[in-house]
Amino acid sequence: MSANLEAASGSPQLDTFPKLLLEHARTRADRPAIREKDFGIWQTSTWSQVRDEVMALAGGLAALGFQPGDKLAIVGDNRPQLYWAMVAAQVVGGIPVPVYQDSVADEMQYIFDHASIRFAVVENQEQVDKMLEVQQACPALEHIIYEETRGLSDYDQPFLHSYVDVQQQGRDWNRDHAGELEQRITAGQGSDLGIMLYTSGTTGRPKGVELSFDNLVITARNTAEFDHLTADEDMVSYLPMAWVGDCIFSVAQAYVCGFCINCPESSDTVLTDMREIGPTYFFAPPPVFENLLTTVTIRIEDAGWIKQWLYRHFMGVARRVGVQILDGEQVGLGDRLQYFLGELFIYGPLKNVLGFSKVRVAYTAGEAIGPEIFDFYRGLGMNIKQLYGQTEAAVFITMHPDGQVKPDTVGVPAPGVEVEIADNGEVLYRSPGVFIRYHKNDEATAETKTAEGWVHTGDAGYFGDDGHLRIIDRAKDVGKLNDGSMFAPKYLENKLKFFPQIKEVVTFGHERDSVTAFINIDLEAVGNWAERQGLAYSGYTDLAGQQVVYDVIQKCIEKVNVDLTSDPHLSGSQIHRFLILHKELDADDGELTRTRKVRRRIIAERYGDLIEALYDGRDQVHVEAEVTFEDGRKGKIVADLAIRDTKTTQVPAAAA
Amino acid sequence: MTETAQQMTSAKKIGDVVLAVDNISLSFGGVRALSDISFQVREHQVLSIIGPNGAGKSSLLNVINGFYHPQEGTITYRGVTRKQMKPHQAARQGIARTFQNIALFKGMSTLDNIMTGRNTIMTRNVLWQALRVGPALQEELAHRHRVEEIIDFLEIEHIRKTPVGKLPYGLQKRVELGRALAAEPSMLLLDEPMAGMNVEEKQDMSRFVLDVNSEFGTTIVLIEHDMGVVMDISDYVVVLDYGRKIGDGLPDEVRSNQDVIDAYLGVSHD
Repeated sequence: MSANLEAASGSPQLDTFPKLLLEHARTRADRPAIREKDFGIWQTSTWSQVRDEVMALAGGLAALGFQPGDKLAIVGDNRPQLYWAMVAAQVVGGIPVPVYQDSVADEMQYIFDHASIRFAVVENQEQVDKMLEVQQACPALEHIIYEETRGLSDYDQPFLHSYVDVQQQGRDWNRDHAGELEQRITAGQGSDLGIMLYTSGTTGRPKGVELSFDNLVITARNTAEFDHLTADEDMVSYLPMAWVGDCIFSVAQAYVCGFCINCPESSDTVLTDMREIGPTYFFAPPPVFENLLTTVTIRIEDAGWIKQWLYRHFMGVARRVGVQILDGEQVGLGDRLQYFLGELFIYGPLKNVLGFSKVRVAYTAGEAIGPEIFDFYRGLGMNIKQLYGQTEAAVFITMHPDGQVKPDTVGVPAPGVEVEIADNGEVLYRSPGVFIRYHKNDEATAETKTAEGWVHTGDAGYFGDDGHLRIIDRAKDVGKLNDGSMFAPKYLENKLKFFPQIKEVVTFGHERDSVTAFINIDLEAVGNWAERQGLAYSGYTDLAGQQVVYDVIQKCIEKVNVDLTSDPHLSGSQIHRFLILHKELDADDGELTRTRKVRRRIIAERYGDLIEALYDGRDQVHVEAEVTFEDGRKGKIVADLAIRDTKTTQVPAAAA
Repeated sequence: MTETAQQMTSAKKIGDVVLAVDNISLSFGGVRALSDISFQVREHQVLSIIGPNGAGKSSLLNVINGFYHPQEGTITYRGVTRKQMKPHQAARQGIARTFQNIALFKGMSTLDNIMTGRNTIMTRNVLWQALRVGPALQEELAHRHRVEEIIDFLEIEHIRKTPVGKLPYGLQKRVELGRALAAEPSMLLLDEPMAGMNVEEKQDMSRFVLDVNSEFGTTIVLIEHDMGVVMDISDYVVVLDYGRKIGDGLPDEVRSNQDVIDAYLGVSHD
């Protein structure tokens, strides 16, 4: 066995994950590869252990009849066993297809059917039940392997296998077919299809994006070099495995650099687990940073006055000079001293509590992050940067280089990536990470990817004089007001969402006279504020309807309006009227995507009445809405929503 | 879902009688709380006791775990017939319970609360445990591991170190179940485990009760008001009204029993 491994890893090209795995297991066998918190204790697996686990599972898959070219669905939270399954499929010559674990059976069924999946590795009973449901409609699904045995002892279907049983079978198979898997690994090439990821899709059915090993490995190598990532990084893997980002950070970059990834105990313990691990390399979408900041703000408001004073004072210092110090600019001695004290009293302890003490590089992406939020973390001395990417690019299109970080840009083209702006403002790119094709969808492939390899992002943006790309909005979402001025809904929404009181916003204005907005308040932030005001409320709908809450939101909107007047392109987009929605927009009701992006078409259909009310001058509107509760029952919310006018400033047309 | 739930019930092996309650009567002064009640609990069964308020359900549970001593009748547990038994004896024999009103140590963490459930099966004495060296430390580590398994089982990792008093009601109920499980009981008495919970919490709790039953093979006797829950998870149902047993049987039989319908819905006297 080991002799064969030697031979396999001797191949000069480390262009697939199985080859990289064997290489790490050979050269750095005892270094940690993956940790998982289980029964309250961090359990570490070394690279050589990971190799043994992966090879055992791969053998088991082969023994069950998994063929090269077959697809293996992977469904569950971030568990080492599921990460191993990804590579095990590749060892056999198959293609892993991670699926969002919180998808309902119906959504999964589409993917299983579309990808012709025969094998699935899932986390637990919850997912097994879904698989059994999926199987009714997709009889092609032959074998289901589950990791967590709990609750499954009474399931006696012959096609259900426990993970350890399959591994045991695999060890026997590997003994009988010595060298077989190693041969397959050696035969694998960078140009092979490595993984298939389904995009959540703001419109229509998800599309299966085919990425080759080259796409992932070359991109990971380029970007790891860009950020000087080493084998000593620690990363917390808590984002959905079906998302391309996790595939790049937790698999591709981890395998290329050989650093260790850490799986939290459960999705509820991520924050505690992160503090224990102290990651050096970290990714989170903006909402995570926003929520953390909101929590910190709330907790500080409940703290004693000394702490409050220290926090206010030193955060002021951080806001003033923190970012300059991080970027290595010239800062006066007095300020440096203040900052040093701040590090001692506030920044250090705060970063420690958040688990950010050791972070060298942190990224955020997915949507715009509020400049205040961005500067808050940078002020603390945390090197947080933005990147811009998509599944079709194996993530990276542009990213911030160290020392050139600006909250309003997404950075410069990543190494090896060419970026162009089309005539209509759409961003196009070409890179080694560009996907092979959409699975079974040549039409969509042809629409997105030109013959020369340029990919349409669908986002509108422009390069500034500093060479940094700025993204305004989805190209198709940028509209025009009736007076001809530009209306960029997402830009406005993001500006509003930077207020902690506001959770979600939908703005309207395309082919209208003025801009109006739907608001979702943040129940945690506004609820906490209401408690301190002694304001009684029974739940979201009640709180959202209170006039004092309207007052608070109105102030936020008016602040944004004032901001907008300073930009001649956007002063026409001041928000004239708004209402606070009676329910939170929810992915289960189809109003948001799973990644919490607003689905405008569905909202426009469902709330047509409310939109009309925003424009016909009414100051109140009656709603009855059907909602789906978590257990699948349907119910009705009945409410009278107030509509408020806000103050706007007339800006004289810029003198020609 | 329903299909799999049915598969689970049918696949389960219900064994011999482990607990026989024979002609139990219990009075407090002039108040007759229970009169002449008999029923049997079989190994691996989920048995529900239902009835309107004041029907004597909690009293019956208290009789089973030895807290109340009935004036008449006997209780036979695993072949041993007894008239009187102390609660700690019941605990030693593998009977654990939770309470209608949560009885946790509010100031202690989830972990510590569950750890107290191990008390009856710790072998080292107080002195050893206080010194916490050598074999006592070994033992504590073994117990801690078992407690961690329960925490994992009940999915309460995120509140491991949180003082119980700060937790919402539904989670406190789950911690209480955890503490009962820590004693590794062969029979678990649950007094209204789902009272005051919302639908989602009830679903979770029902799943945990069924999982305990199927994973650990624990026999479960529970009191519950929510008829939907009772009918879904029970193998057998006993109905009490005014201290008398007015019916028992499989959930479907009880559902169609006229006395039970009358007791729950009221009878028109015209």
